Amino acid sequence: MTSALGKDLLGLEPLTSEQIQLVLDTAEPFKEISERAIKKVPALRGQTIVNLFFEASTRTRISFEFAEKRLSADTVNVASSGSSVQKGETLVDTARNLEAMRIDMVVIRHGASGAARFLADRIESNVINAGDGTHEHPTQGLLDLLTLRDHFGTLAGRRVCIVGDVLHSRVARSNIWGLKKMGAEVGVCGPRSLLPWAIGEFGVTVFSRVEEAIEWAEALNILRLQLERMTAGYIPSLREYNRVFGITRERLARAPRDVLILHPGPMNRGVEIDSDVADGPHSVILNQVTNGVAIRMAVLYLLAGGRPELAEAAKGGSER
Amino acid sequence: MTRRLLLQGGRLLDPSRRLDERGDLLIAEGKIARLGGTIDAGESTDVLDCAGCYVSPGFIDVHCHLREPGREDVETIATGARAAAAGGFTAVCAMPNTEPVTDNQAAVGFIIRQALRANAARVYPIGAISVAQRGEALAEFGEMMGAGAVAVSDDGRPVASAHLMRTALEYAQAFDIPVIDHCEEPTLAKGGAMNEGVVSARLGLPGIPTEAEEIMVIRDILLARRTGGHVHLAHMSTKGSVELIRWGKERGIRVTAEVTPHHLTLTEDACEGYDTHAKMNPPLRTAADVAALGEALRDGTIDLVATDHAPHHYDAKEREFADAPFGIIGLETALALVVTELVTPGVIDFATLVDRMSCRPAALFHLQGGTLAQGSVADVTVFDPARTWTVDPSSFLSKGRNTPYAGRTLTGRAVYTIVGGHVVYRLGG
Amino acid sequence: MPSATTILDARAMDRTLRRMADEIVELNDGTDNLIIVGIQRRGVQLAERIAATIKARNDVDVPRGALDITLYRDDLQTVGPRPVVGATKLPWDLEDRFVVIVDDVLYTGRTVRAALDELADFGRPARIALAVLVDRGGRELPIHADVVGKRIDVAPRDRVDVLVEELDGKDGVVIARRDDDA
Repeated sequence: MTSALGKDLLGLEPLTSEQIQLVLDTAEPFKEISERAIKKVPALRGQTIVNLFFEASTRTRISFEFAEKRLSADTVNVASSGSSVQKGETLVDTARNLEAMRIDMVVIRHGASGAARFLADRIESNVINAGDGTHEHPTQGLLDLLTLRDHFGTLAGRRVCIVGDVLHSRVARSNIWGLKKMGAEVGVCGPRSLLPWAIGEFGVTVFSRVEEAIEWAEALNILRLQLERMTAGYIPSLREYNRVFGITRERLARAPRDVLILHPGPMNRGVEIDSDVADGPHSVILNQVTNGVAIRMAVLYLLAGGRPELAEAAKGGSER
Repeated sequence: MTRRLLLQGGRLLDPSRRLDERGDLLIAEGKIARLGGTIDAGESTDVLDCAGCYVSPGFIDVHCHLREPGREDVETIATGARAAAAGGFTAVCAMPNTEPVTDNQAAVGFIIRQALRANAARVYPIGAISVAQRGEALAEFGEMMGAGAVAVSDDGRPVASAHLMRTALEYAQAFDIPVIDHCEEPTLAKGGAMNEGVVSARLGLPGIPTEAEEIMVIRDILLARRTGGHVHLAHMSTKGSVELIRWGKERGIRVTAEVTPHHLTLTEDACEGYDTHAKMNPPLRTAADVAALGEALRDGTIDLVATDHAPHHYDAKEREFADAPFGIIGLETALALVVTELVTPGVIDFATLVDRMSCRPAALFHLQGGTLAQGSVADVTVFDPARTWTVDPSSFLSKGRNTPYAGRTLTGRAVYTIVGGHVVYRLGG
Repeated sequence: MPSATTILDARAMDRTLRRMADEIVELNDGTDNLIIVGIQRRGVQLAERIAATIKARNDVDVPRGALDITLYRDDLQTVGPRPVVGATKLPWDLEDRFVVIVDDVLYTGRTVRAALDELADFGRPARIALAVLVDRGGRELPIHADVVGKRIDVAPRDRVDVLVEELDGKDGVVIARRDDDA
């Protein structure tokens, strides 16, 4: 059976705007479930979900786990640190083992771009990409869209700038595709050495100075700067990065309007974002975390079973 | 007395002698005895019906990886030589990046002996430029030449040191052999998995910029100018490289170059969906590069077609794109790809195909063959230019199955491959 | 060709809902502790009408809630998720209250079963009752309605549609009959 999203959620690039809209709309009622005394509904009762994390990730894994548990699914966490080469078992063997255990869904986080697709092509279970290398992190993109929509009401025409290490960021790619499909204008800003060489072909506005980006944008999605970018020679120092590209209160104070602040976390306070911005009145960083659970519940729910056209037919039955 | 062989009713095509006419060809004592017109079979002569086929000098692939010694599970000299014969190649040159590296006389001799046993296409060893391909000390070119090596290369890796490249180009002149470079600026290409461009940016894969190749192309051309040595540039992939080679040739610099069938026919788009069969080094580039390479092959800026046949174990490619090895096999699809993608659309004609796949390689690498001249060695390829077939990797004679062309219907196929007067391959036989 | 038969027009439906409101108040012996919860979607509008009648007659604002039972259905695997899940609004403490579930049509009873499950996750009411505008029979679970607007007997292939002004532009109950070969 194929759901309204298809078998898997591998990225936002392959989705239509209608599918993205559906996930965002479906997430709305799931927000309320997390406010209940008993934060659990039986929708996915009896479904087995494996959280396959080849990279350390506390918050994404916990967010998925909450989402799964609040939908009453049975979950197993498999954490495997180290690179795919070091870990011994190949991904194809992992896939075959999972298939043999007859699980319903796999949530995969992996250091290699395309790993989620690789798995999805080889198993019948639904696969949700929880971040693959520097490719996509679709649920993060969706929760960012939901957070922006919560604030602005609509995404169409809104100007959102992604700031930082776009080159190595799966969050950036998912945001770019998602925002563009929903009609937002997308900007990117960062040192040219941390932007993809072909960024000009992505249909985004490129800002080389963060002051220009702030002047243009209604919202900033500030990417985490991995500390190893310095040793790899992409930037000279974190201190200089903060001085040139850091989002500070002083810079925001010169903006012509209030600028909404998003960050996928975990934050490097004092590097890409200053504490008084992260904790400031226009920060929606914690709303992102809350929305993350609702978005993941919506995605799990939508992938979990049958075809929406059958659901439509069933609705026509008698009771609704 | 060995039996004679009569190739009857084919179209003789030898651009080195401006020959293109219907006629028979008689082989005796391993040599081309007579050609042209109608030849009576006579006594103790086997007759091969070549109607509808081209009869051309045997194809020569100056660039393949046969994996023996070291990875006989992936390919052996024997299976590689048989795959070559099935692709219409009468001779191939084996790159030295084996385990251990072919960097000495004994290692060269081993390949020669294994090839003789295979009784298929000839296999000429290429020796390493540097000991163990470490890019430091020069290997013994003279000793390796004496044992049968025909060129030197550190292929698989670039010659990173400009000084080593200069020295190799100077030293090789004593033996009049080409120094083959795998042009890749290692710091620029480091970690790259595919062409740097919009596709790599979308897929989130680290890119290899065209400049990683072009910087080394111009470096090598300038070093050839300085030294007077013959540099042969392996598997060219970019439009920029073509322009640089053209620049070098216009100035009389001894630079020659090759292009693979896959760089002539595929673009980076083949990497969509993380298809590891499209992962190769140099990476597949853009449509503009493909067009420039085809044009360069036509006008001779690029001298020849070489396969860069690179077999891998069947499950080596069954993994994440970034971790999968580079390379595809090519011996059994090369002819058909060039016919289907270059001759049929009119980029080159059949005479140019034979020149770039037989005459030029023989001339540049000083190999026997590459001609149908009377008295020359009877290395002959008979191919059907119109035969269509569907690529089925499981039917390959190579041990490798790693090809992005599986399922493609192609035109053109070798029907008989004749080495030293012996039929080493016959289609369906 | 399917044919439609109206079994309640707008005026008849209005009368029926008023009677149901009276019966609910009677059942509860007044309006104290009463909460009326409509099942998404049309049950919510019917609950509003009933509450309005109670207010008109008793001058009491009865608390209202909405329940979307989609996530409590037992047929996710067979018919799949609905594209959009409606809102559940139960901003009341259900402890020791008298909860009346309002739905448009009672058929197999599975929706009510799901609604009971969902209510249980919100608290422990003193009593739960069920009010439906139409009871069409065909129960698959041991569930019955305490307050029924109209009982009808229709074939399984026929569809009972409750129309409400807010969503459908007019009030009414119609049976859409389908021929066997349709």
